[in-house]
Amino acid sequence: MNRKAAATIQPKPPRRLKHYLTGAIVVLLLWGSSVQTEATIGELVEGFPNMFDLLKEMFPPKWTYFDNIVGAMLETIRMAIVGTTVGALMAIPIALLCASNLNKSPWLRHSVRLILNLIRTVPDLLLAAIFVAIVGIGPLPGTLALSVFSFGLIAKLTYEALEAIDRGPLEAMTSVGANGVQRILFAVVPQIQAHFMSFALYTFEINVRAAAVLGLVGAGGIGHYYEITLGFLEYDKTSVIIVFTLAIVLLIDYASTKLREKLL
Amino acid sequence: MIELHNVTKLYPNGTKGLNHIDLSIYEGEFVVIVGLSGAGKSTLLRSINRLHDISEGDILINGQSITKAHGKQLRLIRRSIGMIFQSFNLVKRSSVLRNVLAGRVGYHSTLRTWIGRFPERDMHLAFEALNRVNIAEKAYSRADELSGGQQQRVAIARVLAQEATIILADEPVASLDPLTTKQVMDDLKKINQELGITTIVNLHDVDLARQYATRIIGLRAGEVVFDGPVAEATDERFAEIYGRPIEEAELMGAKRE
Repeated sequence: MNRKAAATIQPKPPRRLKHYLTGAIVVLLLWGSSVQTEATIGELVEGFPNMFDLLKEMFPPKWTYFDNIVGAMLETIRMAIVGTTVGALMAIPIALLCASNLNKSPWLRHSVRLILNLIRTVPDLLLAAIFVAIVGIGPLPGTLALSVFSFGLIAKLTYEALEAIDRGPLEAMTSVGANGVQRILFAVVPQIQAHFMSFALYTFEINVRAAAVLGLVGAGGIGHYYEITLGFLEYDKTSVIIVFTLAIVLLIDYASTKLREKLL
Repeated sequence: MIELHNVTKLYPNGTKGLNHIDLSIYEGEFVVIVGLSGAGKSTLLRSINRLHDISEGDILINGQSITKAHGKQLRLIRRSIGMIFQSFNLVKRSSVLRNVLAGRVGYHSTLRTWIGRFPERDMHLAFEALNRVNIAEKAYSRADELSGGQQQRVAIARVLAQEATIILADEPVASLDPLTTKQVMDDLKKINQELGITTIVNLHDVDLARQYATRIIGLRAGEVVFDGPVAEATDERFAEIYGRPIEEAELMGAKRE
């Protein structure tokens, strides 16, 4: 009898108040943000015809403009290649210093991580603007900005991957009498190199897209031509740049994704 | 020769991993250390090549104190002691050959390792080692393409290439099936007999220990409770040692592993 009574005990479900409150807060934040930024749906509807005007002016694209921008597009890609490579190389020692399984000094590890986090908070466009102020207009400040940006991203991704490696081989290398560098070369590098290459390729994808707009602050690449054509209201030329950028980015994304699949 | 003088290992949480151990292991012996999990077998083995630091006492390897050694000196002593692990500890993405050559890095400068070119003699040693464990045809396969037993034999080859005079094997067959267990243990025995390498193996299986050892050491709660030739390691003796209800100290030790 007792057992039967026990079986029918039904605890009350937990209160759902927390979910409702969360929902209310999200709606409040959304509404508050739109009011503060004066973004209203009415304005969007009003502006809608303008969008079509712009699109109309973009067509037909002035394909002959293509010849003028090939050089700038190649420059964009070159900036991305150099920036990613420099950043990736700089990231290697820093990632090793940040990984808790390789750097036993918590003091050093945390200070390097702090600096790394600070670097990653600076947006790439701001980095480019800063470098333009330092070294002047051209592809060099853009490349420097991409280097710093890639460095931050790759170092972060790599040290997280480093902390997830199998520590067995490290132990084995200690037992054969290897020194610190030899341990890394034989137990860490083979475990991490495919991941590292994958991170570098992924960063390269991001960099090609980023490099396309760096020209807006005078840091070289195709972005400069966006500014010129938009400034002179030559939207038919802008559309050529957009289509070209789109094609290049898609192509690089596709190639890079395929390569990364092969790596891992 | 390996000498342990009054070795005690205290873990930070206060557990005694090893308790005043005195042992001498002579050249060419095939010693099997038996005991329940948490008895301190692994701690003892890892103290010998100082993968674990001991809290008290001294360990001498061929007369040299590994406890007091550091830097280059420590690495040189470690170079003479090969280790085989339960989980093989190979780099899975590297080739079998590279895993075996890893045993040679203790003989070379950092710069030489960086360039990655091993001398002719090292290649010869590596292939000789692979042939000894019958796995030379897999030299250029990736380590993770091999079965567990084959991977453990690669680990044995790594120790051989290392030209170690002592082999420590920490539960080398715990993750293998009975047939591969036999192959791996046979390989270890063969190496011990043909090359005269002092071999210390941790096992939890007493029957297996009796089959291969020349001397058995029994551990319980970090203390040596049996030390003698196989003939003396009878079932009665072991029932006496392990048959009694497990004591609290052993349970505390078991939590750690």
